[in-house]
Amino acid sequence: MSHLSPNSQSVSVQVRGLRKSYGPQEVLKGLDFEVERGEIFVLMGPSGSGKSVLLRHIIGLETPDAGDILIEGESVRSDGVMSKYRLAMVFQSGALLNSLTVEENVGLYLTEHRMKPPEEIRRIVAEVLAVVGLQGTEHKMPAELSGGMKKRVAIARALVIEPQLVLYDEPTSELDPLIAVTIGQEIRALRRRAHATSIVVSHDRDLAFGIADRVALMHEGRILCLGTPDEVKRHPDPLIQRFLTVDFKTP
Amino acid sequence: MFQNIGEIVVLLWRTLQSMPQSWRQRTKVFEQLFEIGNASLLMACILSAFIGGVLALQTGPVLAERGMVSVIGNVVGMSMCKELAPVMMAVLIAGRIGSAMAAELGSMRVYQEIDALRTMNINPIHYLVLPRVIAISIALPMLVVFAVLVGWGGGAAVAATNDTIGITWHAYFSGLRDTVQLGDVLNGLFKSFVFAVLIGVICCHQGLSTIGGPRGIGRSVTKAVVNSIVMILILDYFLTRFLMHFER
Repeated sequence: MSHLSPNSQSVSVQVRGLRKSYGPQEVLKGLDFEVERGEIFVLMGPSGSGKSVLLRHIIGLETPDAGDILIEGESVRSDGVMSKYRLAMVFQSGALLNSLTVEENVGLYLTEHRMKPPEEIRRIVAEVLAVVGLQGTEHKMPAELSGGMKKRVAIARALVIEPQLVLYDEPTSELDPLIAVTIGQEIRALRRRAHATSIVVSHDRDLAFGIADRVALMHEGRILCLGTPDEVKRHPDPLIQRFLTVDFKTP
Repeated sequence: MFQNIGEIVVLLWRTLQSMPQSWRQRTKVFEQLFEIGNASLLMACILSAFIGGVLALQTGPVLAERGMVSVIGNVVGMSMCKELAPVMMAVLIAGRIGSAMAAELGSMRVYQEIDALRTMNINPIHYLVLPRVIAISIALPMLVVFAVLVGWGGGAAVAATNDTIGITWHAYFSGLRDTVQLGDVLNGLFKSFVFAVLIGVICCHQGLSTIGGPRGIGRSVTKAVVNSIVMILILDYFLTRFLMHFER
């Protein structure tokens, strides 16, 4: 059976009254929303609106000042919840371990948790690398890869976990349009293969409207609007319309 | 400062708690051991040969003036194994290996590699800190053994070849044998073990708490080395006082 067979149960995520400040600066100002099982939920917004901070809260890397995040109704701060569900995050930079080869990076989760014998891990790694179009790169070091390849290795590392929830932080930033489209297709394919819930943080409008089931637009720590791509596109708020339509020709 | 000390104590406690994971991390321990030995052994030998030599050179003429040149082996032997080798090797390792640890973990922190580990439910203390602390705790006492032997040799070479001192190799080592007991060598090894744990934990803590970009990494490396050296010298006094209780 393939390692990527759809045998994982996707999870729902609820964000309840989430607040976070760094010093005097309030970055998240009471966020409330819910991500349904198996959906691709895209968080958009200008730089500095708190998108990445929100993502770090969902994966448990930050502790909120107030509010909570629930995965399948259980607080991520409760003991054992983060290890109960298989969560994965694709970082903006890829965050590959520079001292490990591509093969070791992709197989790290399985190796460290001793989930499979080494031969089996090598086979799985080769399989997921082929899925992201990087076969033959097993023995390369991260420093030998381009930005796009690093992101795809990071996606492969997430695939290996067979995640129930995948978080993507700016998956298409610094990438050329062709690779950006490939990454977008990969996110959709991952949902199809692993039935994972996906939360994508991006300010790439094409990506958001191309892959999202629902889109939320954040501004200064608040959610301005939330809905299907069509609902968001038709939203009357001028600030939202400006963010969605501004280009180099706009005065 | 007190917050830093508290965090270091907590990290030490968590590292001790993770000791049952040591066997699982053995490959990383061996890698670290190889790195530490490879980077430091030659330097440790050169340094100790000259420390032993200069010790003989400084004390030899003074002892000769008073007709006590026969005890030069005792002086160099005792100083090297109880004080100079453990402290100098600890300072060398703090500068060479501690700085590398702080820089590596600092860069992993800045470039989100540690966050990536945490998202995969891999405990950074098990994966990164434990192998480093174990490796340095094994490597430093071993280096001290080399340093003591080479330092004794350096002292003997100077004592035998310097006209003012003019003592034979045989007389030097026979004096050394009469004075230095196994307990004195173990005293130095115990000190070096404590210094090693201290360097490992301080440098890993500094690396893990790095903030900012490359500048932050540089700051962490400097702080790790300076704090380690200061703590080695302070702790050396208290350890010496403590170990005196067990001496004959």
